[in-house]
Amino acid sequence: MSESAVQELQTPQVSGTARPAGALDARLAQLDLPQGGFSARARADALSRLRAAGLPGPRDEYWRYTDPRPFTAASPQALPVDGGPESPLFAARDKLTLVFVDGLFDAAASDDLSLEGVEITTLAQADQAGSHWAADLYGALELAGQSPVSRPFATLNTAAARDGLLIRVTGKPAKPVHVLHRRGSEGADAVWHHVIRVESGAELTLLESGVVGARSNGVIEADLAQGAKLHHITAKRANDPKVGLSHLFARVGAEAVLKSFALVVNGTTMRHEAIVDMVGDDAVAHVAAAVLGDGNVGPFHHDDTVFITHGALRGESRQVFKKVLKNGAVGVFQGKILVKNGAQKTDGYQISQALLLDEASQFLAKPELEIYADDVKCSHGSTTGAIDEDALFYLRSRGVPHERAIVFLVLSFLADALEEVEDETLRDEINERLDAWLTDRPRG
Amino acid sequence: MLKINNLHVKLEEEDKQILKGLTLEVPAGEVHAIMGPNGSGKSTLSYVLSGRDGYEVTEGSATLEGASLLDMEPEERAAAGLFLAFQYPVEIPGVGNMTFLRTAVNAQRKARGEAELTAGEFLKVVRAKAADLQISPDMLKRPVNVGFSGGEKKRNEILQMAMLEPRMCIMDETDSGLDVDAMRLVSDGVNALRSPDRSFLVITHYQRLLSHIQPDVVHIMANGRIIKSGGPDLALEVEENGYGDLLAEAG
Repeated sequence: MSESAVQELQTPQVSGTARPAGALDARLAQLDLPQGGFSARARADALSRLRAAGLPGPRDEYWRYTDPRPFTAASPQALPVDGGPESPLFAARDKLTLVFVDGLFDAAASDDLSLEGVEITTLAQADQAGSHWAADLYGALELAGQSPVSRPFATLNTAAARDGLLIRVTGKPAKPVHVLHRRGSEGADAVWHHVIRVESGAELTLLESGVVGARSNGVIEADLAQGAKLHHITAKRANDPKVGLSHLFARVGAEAVLKSFALVVNGTTMRHEAIVDMVGDDAVAHVAAAVLGDGNVGPFHHDDTVFITHGALRGESRQVFKKVLKNGAVGVFQGKILVKNGAQKTDGYQISQALLLDEASQFLAKPELEIYADDVKCSHGSTTGAIDEDALFYLRSRGVPHERAIVFLVLSFLADALEEVEDETLRDEINERLDAWLTDRPRG
Repeated sequence: MLKINNLHVKLEEEDKQILKGLTLEVPAGEVHAIMGPNGSGKSTLSYVLSGRDGYEVTEGSATLEGASLLDMEPEERAAAGLFLAFQYPVEIPGVGNMTFLRTAVNAQRKARGEAELTAGEFLKVVRAKAADLQISPDMLKRPVNVGFSGGEKKRNEILQMAMLEPRMCIMDETDSGLDVDAMRLVSDGVNALRSPDRSFLVITHYQRLLSHIQPDVVHIMANGRIIKSGGPDLALEVEENGYGDLLAEAG
């Protein structure tokens, strides 16, 4: 692969300039802010933080590669409700499916909430009462994740989310929890907020799929106790021109394992942030994404922004981001590994790579390392390249048609990211789906 | 089978003439070897015949059973029966060897209007042929050439050749990087494929391979053309005396 390394070693500047309140007020006016309940205090705090900081503007350093205006506009552009033809991913798998329509839980369409080893309530339901176990976490991990870089849309989410799941995992449930999103109205501005607490030694697989709102803002706060394990896989509807933001705030305890993987295909203007705080010794956190963007399907701009903090001994973190871009698609990666003083024997790895299928596409990368411990192993790399002509010729010389050969090479490029999906059946299913998307086979 | 007439080829990027009027014919069922000093254009010939980008044919022709190769895409040449065993087989992470091979076999069958092999049919054939080449089931499952040793890569090339059943096989320094045992395995694989309607063009630096794969004709290539052709003895002569005399003779 012809590669040119892109490296910039800059610390993003936190912008402290408050913005005119007009845009924020207009944005808030469109949202139905919840009142009362166990989360009331966290919401009130979030609202005041948001008013103090304001929403970001296009000149913010942290928004250098992604224009925040689609997210600050008072309301989203309407989209068709069905999101286009496609069978849901994870269809063949036994799972507990919980349906969210425009960010609100739909009990009638969902499976029963009971699953051995897991306690599930919805945020809206829990907020009927003044206390809940999630009170210690709701907005707390989000708040902790505001430093050193502010993430105002997550704060907005804490203030405005009307629903979500509060999941407490105490055992090893027999099947994954699956959040299936549906779009109920064309102009839906969906905001949801999940809180997940995985208790010591417990394990959960969380799947996300479906059609989110025309504009969406989702937050997951995940707290992993000692030896806990959370496997998170998200694959929203492909070819759906949504605008979206998502944040994963995770606190990873000793010997706990977090694995988060996203599959993104076409049509989206989206920023996903993963903010992972590795607080316990021997913690493991892997964050990965496989992204396909074809600008001809619709404007494509996908931003992965990752901030992993090693605050304890022998932590292992991996960031694996692969983006395949064509026809003017834009991919962004801002990834950081921060190793705090004392976090010895940290093993941090970060790779971000783009495969540009034409000259109209762009990949913007800002990989960063900031290390205050002296006995660590950290590496990062970022490459942008085209299809490997040698490999292409090799395949074609065996009779593989040009288009098919390209598909093979794209799948080959994405393979490292897919490796981060631990479940082999699931990985094969995703690979099969990617293959179908790439070859444009009809999917049933 | 393969007819090359007065072939002139230059590099697209640097306006450098590599082949300067090469003429060669390999009849059906024969094995021809090409030897020649470094830089004589042997690998270029194999790439131009199989359709790699970066070369410009300025004059001459190359036909496979009467069909002009030079107008075809690489995959069309493959479907027409041409196969190139690479000097450096390419690693393709994330794509299973078996998946790749089945895709290639069926794409060629489809292009020729033949029925595609089912997964079961394919598996049966590939397992048998892999066993002959001492290619383990594990190697079949692994990504194409990834983590393969030099010898394994070359055996994998011969497996592809055996599965694709080409009419015209070009082998570009298949012996490079092989130990004695691997060379025997590869040669046995090639010899097993010899048949009256299949031809081979074996490019090599060393006579040793040719003692395993007996050629009908040996060609000496220098400065972009064939300067001398002869029987298997010609290879022995080169091994003993080098190219000096032959080059001087050709002027």
